[in-house]
Amino acid sequence: MAKEVILETKGIKKSFLVGKGHEVVVLDDINLKVYSGEFISILGQSGAGKSTLLRIMAGLVEPSEGEVLYKGVPLKKANAKIAVVFQSFALFPWYTVLENVKIVLAGEGLDEKEIHEKAIKAIDLVGLDGFEDAYPRELSGGMRQRVGIARALVVEPELLLMDEPFSALDVLTADNLRGDIIDLWKEGKMPAKAIVLVTHNIEEAVSMASKAVILSHNPGKIKAEIPIELPYPRDRNSRDFKFMLDKIYTVLVKPTEEVPFLLTAGRYQFLPHAKVGAIAGLIELVHDKGGKIDIYALSSELSMEVDDIFPLIEASVILDFGEIKEGDFILTEKGKKWAEADTLEKKEIFKEEALQNVQLIKQIVQVLSTISKHRVSEEFFIDILKNHFTPEESWNQLETAIDWGRYAELFAYDYDSGELYLEELVRTD
Amino acid sequence: MKLPISMPLETFRIRSIDFAVLIFIIGILSLIIYIASEWGAPYERTLEIDLNPAKIPEYSAQSLVRIFLAYMLSLVFSIWYGYTASRSKFHEKIMIPLLDILQSIPVLSFLPAVVLAMISLFPGKRIGLEIACVLLIFTGQVWNMTFSFYHSINTIPKEMREVAKLFKFNKFSKFLRLDLPFSAIGLIWNSMMSVAGGWFFLMACEMFVLEDKDFRLPGLGSYIQTASNKGNIEYVLYGLGTMIFLIILLDILIWRPLIAWSQKFRLDTVPPEEERESFVLNILTGSSLLQIFSRVVSSFINKIENLSYESFQIYGKSFINKLSKIIGLALVLTLLSAVVWAILKASSILSSITLNDIFKILTASLYSFLRTSVAILIALAWTLPAGVYIGLNPRAAKFLQGIVQIAASVPATAVFPVILLFLIKLGGGLDIGAIFLMLLGTQWYLLFNIIAGASAIPKDLIEISRAYKIKGLKKWRALILPGIFPYLITGLITASGGAWNATIVSEYVSFGGQMMQTKGLGALISSSSAEGNFALLLLSTCMMSIIVVSINRLVWKRLFILAKTKYTLE
Repeated sequence: MAKEVILETKGIKKSFLVGKGHEVVVLDDINLKVYSGEFISILGQSGAGKSTLLRIMAGLVEPSEGEVLYKGVPLKKANAKIAVVFQSFALFPWYTVLENVKIVLAGEGLDEKEIHEKAIKAIDLVGLDGFEDAYPRELSGGMRQRVGIARALVVEPELLLMDEPFSALDVLTADNLRGDIIDLWKEGKMPAKAIVLVTHNIEEAVSMASKAVILSHNPGKIKAEIPIELPYPRDRNSRDFKFMLDKIYTVLVKPTEEVPFLLTAGRYQFLPHAKVGAIAGLIELVHDKGGKIDIYALSSELSMEVDDIFPLIEASVILDFGEIKEGDFILTEKGKKWAEADTLEKKEIFKEEALQNVQLIKQIVQVLSTISKHRVSEEFFIDILKNHFTPEESWNQLETAIDWGRYAELFAYDYDSGELYLEELVRTD
Repeated sequence: MKLPISMPLETFRIRSIDFAVLIFIIGILSLIIYIASEWGAPYERTLEIDLNPAKIPEYSAQSLVRIFLAYMLSLVFSIWYGYTASRSKFHEKIMIPLLDILQSIPVLSFLPAVVLAMISLFPGKRIGLEIACVLLIFTGQVWNMTFSFYHSINTIPKEMREVAKLFKFNKFSKFLRLDLPFSAIGLIWNSMMSVAGGWFFLMACEMFVLEDKDFRLPGLGSYIQTASNKGNIEYVLYGLGTMIFLIILLDILIWRPLIAWSQKFRLDTVPPEEERESFVLNILTGSSLLQIFSRVVSSFINKIENLSYESFQIYGKSFINKLSKIIGLALVLTLLSAVVWAILKASSILSSITLNDIFKILTASLYSFLRTSVAILIALAWTLPAGVYIGLNPRAAKFLQGIVQIAASVPATAVFPVILLFLIKLGGGLDIGAIFLMLLGTQWYLLFNIIAGASAIPKDLIEISRAYKIKGLKKWRALILPGIFPYLITGLITASGGAWNATIVSEYVSFGGQMMQTKGLGALISSSSAEGNFALLLLSTCMMSIIVVSINRLVWKRLFILAKTKYTLE
């Protein structure tokens, strides 16, 4: 079954005029689809225009450019089927809980009895039965936000928008309320078909949402959409949870152009510190020995420590020249071919394998070919690598990649300026 | 924290308080009907104010009805003006400065125009003069209420406004559910001040001379004035006593309950240190009759609300928008043509102005400027230490604030005759005496604001200054003056405007059957109004308005911005 698109933003741009005609772009080119069944969390640093985006989705604020489609129809102003839960709760302090929920039904053309029943049902749903006649100021912050949620749900919205609904609450209360919302959502008691939650709290997003949409700032653009496919209830101490947390955090704080690097699934590939010459020596030796050798025999053969040979073996495995089986190092067909090839052929084969199997080299070539002057400082890559390795290890990684890349003539390295550059354009795909 | 008192219908029982409420309502209704019937009577030019103290209750009732009607008018006007002004940037740009100017025009300058217009509308009938009197009191009450309402609806938190937008409240619902409750507290405080102002102007509006015609309406204001004209201090004190009694009574019966009740419209969610209590409100909430009444009213309002949504659907939004636009346009056009007519008329009036008149106005302005400045300096000299003392000592505040409130509620105009008697005995004349009379009216604004400012200085700052032994002058310079600065400026703005407005009643006083006046802009306005010299009245009124508005713009607004940006304690 194809999922229904509840709300879609098309090329949304929002800018404000500041002072004398100076234009500040808050949101730029926002294209987002909210499908039914989705719980989207919009994340971004403060000032990224998250709340503005939410208000545009609610029809409260008009975009400067682009349009919002609600079920395929342009949304011009607030729609009764899109409800908002506000950060400050925005309850009317002069009305009781029940009255606060009832007043939003005033224009629906229902009779008094229906309004009353619907309001009571919504209040029960958020667990406030017994507090119908209390005034907001008699309630704790968490209970007040429950009223805010009941008020939003009573109109039976198709889409529920939440603008940092927990940030005014203390940690425990917020946790409790988050849990209750997830329960309602998972048990299908929520009338809304989709939820959009704006937050700056990554843990909140990872513990609740099925997808994180991350905004950059100045201007706010969609940096990445990351699906969060963890089973509910989500265990905050699990490895997967922590991994997702790290990933989103990194995407959030890093510049947009680095994001493609960060989104590679799993851990970042570790390059063993092995020079191309040493790898070639190993492969040729094994080839001479019939293409198969016991790793311990190999260490005595080369009179080297196992620890020193390991990087060479690992590098060969990464490059798909060999594999390890039951303590034996066995050359692959490619490995044999490489051992037999002449110098030029060797380079050609190595280039192919490196591009295919070595993540860092692939990405370096990608960056160099997309940047117009095809020249990037090594610091740029070090910064990215530092997200995955210690600073020292980052330098080792880059050093290895440079050695391999230069050998394969994929890119060159200018020692004086510390820059990597392309001698000629390489097709990466 | 007190839970709201609510009582199920089953426990309905008639209590003695219900009888009291019933009798009270019937009494008020019959009083209004009786007085209204009086107003239809033909007007006698030679109406004599009977000084017999037995007449005081009747006179007081009439004055109360006038103040009440003027107040209702002010309320409706404030809400209309506030709404219209906040409708668009364009409206705001015109209407808010206009309000600033209107506020600076002294009530007495409106007097001849309003009175003559009303008398010609209802020739020979007392109602013309009554309406004129109510309108004049209205011009003294309305401006601060309008500012308050306008300010309130513009400070409604964004998210609350979004709730109204999101859940598609119509205009009526938004007004009823959001705007009115949100502005209630400010509106009630300002209503209290406005009604107090009503007493102030009662003296001038119930009895005045216009082109050697003597206009009088029976009322408490005219009673006091007649008594003082006859130099009868005993009767003056009777009248004054009644007025103070009424002011205290209104405070207990109306303002305190209202303020206590209005606490439910507070936006902050933290309970205040001190619950505002009103025993009258506590008694009233126990009345079953009032509960039924409030239930009937609220269901009636709900009906209207439903109806408003239905009519919205029947006639469509565009129709209602069009209708309100047409009405608005008609109003604006009428107003514009009135302004054009007034300008044409004014220019023909002004043709009789001589260079001598202009010179007179300029020197008078200078005198009044000096007088108001001295009055404010004197006021500052005593209110600053006193206000800071009261504000910083909660125990003193509890005791002194009550006394100060009663003292402040007595309208300065009513005390004038008594003060004048002393001044004349002391010698020095009205030249200096006027300063004291101004002081009476304006010092309270300063005092209240300084008390509020001093009590708002954060406790930890006071403790720090104690810990570091910051004392004496240094404490004033480092802590107290910066702390109260925004409040001080607010007080000074009101006091300065008030002092200028008070020049009219303090530089030109009738006492013991004779007029006393001194050189000054206020005296010029009062005397030209009495003599029917409209050219001089118009020109001196414009002068005063220009002076007040430019002092506000050039001095106070700038200081206020400084106060808001630099000296705000968050």
